[in-house]
Amino acid sequence: MALQATGNAAAALAAARTEQEDDRALGFWLYLMSDAVIFALLFATYAVMVVRTAGGPDGHALFHLTHTAIETTLLLLSSITFGFAAIAAKAGRREGVLAWLLVTFALGVGFVGMEIAEFHAAVAQGAGPERSGFLSAYFTLVGTHGLHVTMGLVWIGILWVQVLLRGVTPQAASRLYRLSLFWHFLDIVWIGIFSVVYLPGIR
Amino acid sequence: MLGRLTLHALPFYSLIALGGALVTVLAGLAVLGVVAWFGAWRYLWQEWLTSVDHKRIGMMYIIMALVMLLRGFVDAIMMRTQQAVALNSQGYLPPGHFDQVFSSHGTIMIFFVAMPFLTGLINIVVPQQIGARDVAFPFMNSLSLGLTAAGAGLVLISLVLGKFSAAGWTAYPPYSELKFSPGVGVDYWIWAVLISGVGSTLTGINFVVTIVARRAPGMHLMRMPLFTWTAFCTVILMVFAFPALTVASALLGLDRTLGMHFFTNGHGGDMMNYINMFWMWGHPEVYIVVLPSFGVYSEVVATFSGKPLFGYKSVVFATMAIALLSFMVWLHHFFTMGASANVNAFFGITTMIIAVPTGVKIFNWLLTMYRGRIRMVAAMYWTVGFIVTFTIGGMTGVLLAIAPVDYLMHNTTFLVAHFHNMLIGGALFGYFAGYQYWFPKATGFRLDETWGKRAFWAWFVGFYLAFMPLYVLGFMGMPRRLERYYVPSWQPLLLVAELGALTILTGIICQIIQLVVSVRNRAALRDTTGDPWDGRTLEWMTASPPAAYNFAVLPHVHGVDELALRKESGSHMNPPGIYHDLEPCRDIVVPNNTGAGPLIGALAFGLGFAMVWYIWWLAILAGLGIWGLLVMRSFDDNDLHVIPAAEVERTETGRLSAAAR
Repeated sequence: MALQATGNAAAALAAARTEQEDDRALGFWLYLMSDAVIFALLFATYAVMVVRTAGGPDGHALFHLTHTAIETTLLLLSSITFGFAAIAAKAGRREGVLAWLLVTFALGVGFVGMEIAEFHAAVAQGAGPERSGFLSAYFTLVGTHGLHVTMGLVWIGILWVQVLLRGVTPQAASRLYRLSLFWHFLDIVWIGIFSVVYLPGIR
Repeated sequence: MLGRLTLHALPFYSLIALGGALVTVLAGLAVLGVVAWFGAWRYLWQEWLTSVDHKRIGMMYIIMALVMLLRGFVDAIMMRTQQAVALNSQGYLPPGHFDQVFSSHGTIMIFFVAMPFLTGLINIVVPQQIGARDVAFPFMNSLSLGLTAAGAGLVLISLVLGKFSAAGWTAYPPYSELKFSPGVGVDYWIWAVLISGVGSTLTGINFVVTIVARRAPGMHLMRMPLFTWTAFCTVILMVFAFPALTVASALLGLDRTLGMHFFTNGHGGDMMNYINMFWMWGHPEVYIVVLPSFGVYSEVVATFSGKPLFGYKSVVFATMAIALLSFMVWLHHFFTMGASANVNAFFGITTMIIAVPTGVKIFNWLLTMYRGRIRMVAAMYWTVGFIVTFTIGGMTGVLLAIAPVDYLMHNTTFLVAHFHNMLIGGALFGYFAGYQYWFPKATGFRLDETWGKRAFWAWFVGFYLAFMPLYVLGFMGMPRRLERYYVPSWQPLLLVAELGALTILTGIICQIIQLVVSVRNRAALRDTTGDPWDGRTLEWMTASPPAAYNFAVLPHVHGVDELALRKESGSHMNPPGIYHDLEPCRDIVVPNNTGAGPLIGALAFGLGFAMVWYIWWLAILAGLGIWGLLVMRSFDDNDLHVIPAAEVERTETGRLSAAAR
């Protein structure tokens, strides 16, 4: 009845890591779908509230096509540059990853900066989120997206440091993969915001 | 410095509230005292709080659920007593306090009893049932527990500092808006629900991946045991339904804290948006709560009838149908709130349709027992009691699904009776059956049967005494949530309901005695085989309690009732009665314990508390702390360790020889 023991600790660890990374990719997809439900509900809320301006300004008064166009360009470009970072990671080129992440980061900062400027301008002319149901919904929908981008920026920073210190390890590569999912997901959400919030709102 | 928190937050406004606060504080101190007395700080921290072992996390969830059940039950008996005496008088509770009591009762029972209880059962059972060594994300599991505990902590502390919400467990605006509920109560509700809701979403993600990716070789989807199937549907619902609660409560929080206008009166707010989103979560939540119980009944009834579950496939498809339909019925919670007749008809019909797959299951369980060799153990008592009780609740549900009837019955005690019929007779009985059934698996010894059956009878009789009168009172037009009344003919029935609550109290006392007696007699109740009930599924192949890695050798699965199949074929029995794959032991990788989960939970509690009281510096600090811990965690690439093959062999040989004795 003796149970014979055989073992290879290093191989067992490596196999467990691979399994872990595969599971994390699946789990992250699920998180994104769950997050998509949050955005779907915020979109729905916005769609209901868009006419509820309570005598305050509506989209025509607040949105500017040029501003939004530049913002959109920055974010979409950052998705392309993230793609380059992913290609570099696949090839194991540490410098390429670091450089492209930096460009992506800069574009993301530009996007968030422009959004803050837009919010600031709106608040300055008395159109803050407490003015009307429409503005509450607008600030919350766009702001939630902006908050996600900001968290993505923090995440890029963390990964940048990890890649700098440790190189493109399997763990870093798998984190980079999930971060890229996150970043592209935010792009898709932004296209929704662009189409639902800004396009109908601009004269 | 402390925001709105001043000495006025202490509950000197009422003796009863003060008493509640003192009991809470003393109970907390007593727990700390016991830990200090035994010098068990290190043990508690290293073996339990920082554990990422799914069995231990599951046990901690269930302990939390049982403690909160006591708290929620105190609320219940306070309400019953108030209504028993408050004819033509104020009773013993002032109106504001009564409102807090029913709000906290509902909040606690749903979020901090039902959710942790079912999450605990899923944690303990599912990985073992699918032949896995762990969940997919052990650290995230510990984090979910921490966040749920943080939410429970916020509800508990609201008894001591400030008042809890008086806006009902649903917190409907506009009443829950700042204008009408200016205190901290609704904020406590929002933050407790938000934080624990994030925990539930993470649990959902964790177990979807676990069930999809970690099944033992040979276990196709259609070979998964029924509890795993119901858990699978439940966790999918968690992933997709909880975001709706997150959005609804977060927007309410934005209204209250930042002065926005999502649900306010005026400025373009619309309360119906809240109510729609709340029930887009709320109705799937009903099935999140009850589906795992259906799974428990399916396991229990098959095991103790000595037969495979009748119509396995039909139960699986019924479960999936329920999960899908649960997203299409939410409007039946507010038929009277302005939807057109056609919309009401649509949701009424979908609601009635959902009764069909549920009815299918009732027949499955009955036909499993038919011609089985039935052993009437305590777990079976809960199951049979459920079948009878749940059927009654289902019929009153179909009645309420008819919109014109609902116009008459909504907001009466008929509704209260109906959903307690489903939640006690449906969900809670199932958790208790599961508690009784899997207790030996988690702890290594069985629960006392006699006290278990006594507890069942008290709960069963108590339930009928407490809630059948409420059906009648509903027909007589008594509104729910009434803190006083002037109709003498209601009082006799309310006295019967009070008697029922006291009978249920007897049941709870029986359960406490059962636990004490079982712990004391644990040597006699010891389960050395790992299979105390002659079980049919994989979790009965591990030791009781299982080793950290569950299975020394991952089993190969050939059918739904894998263990029963093996028993029939007589394979893997060495020594007799023990089922073990006699393959060489190998190195097994398990995750390291980590304090990050409980620490983030503690910081989330701090964050919620700070947001409730407007202590902004603390909120910022706690938020940064959470981020910091997550970043630190992401730099930790050595989160696994290896149990060497020799040690696995020692453990397994020890287990086999102990069982052979």
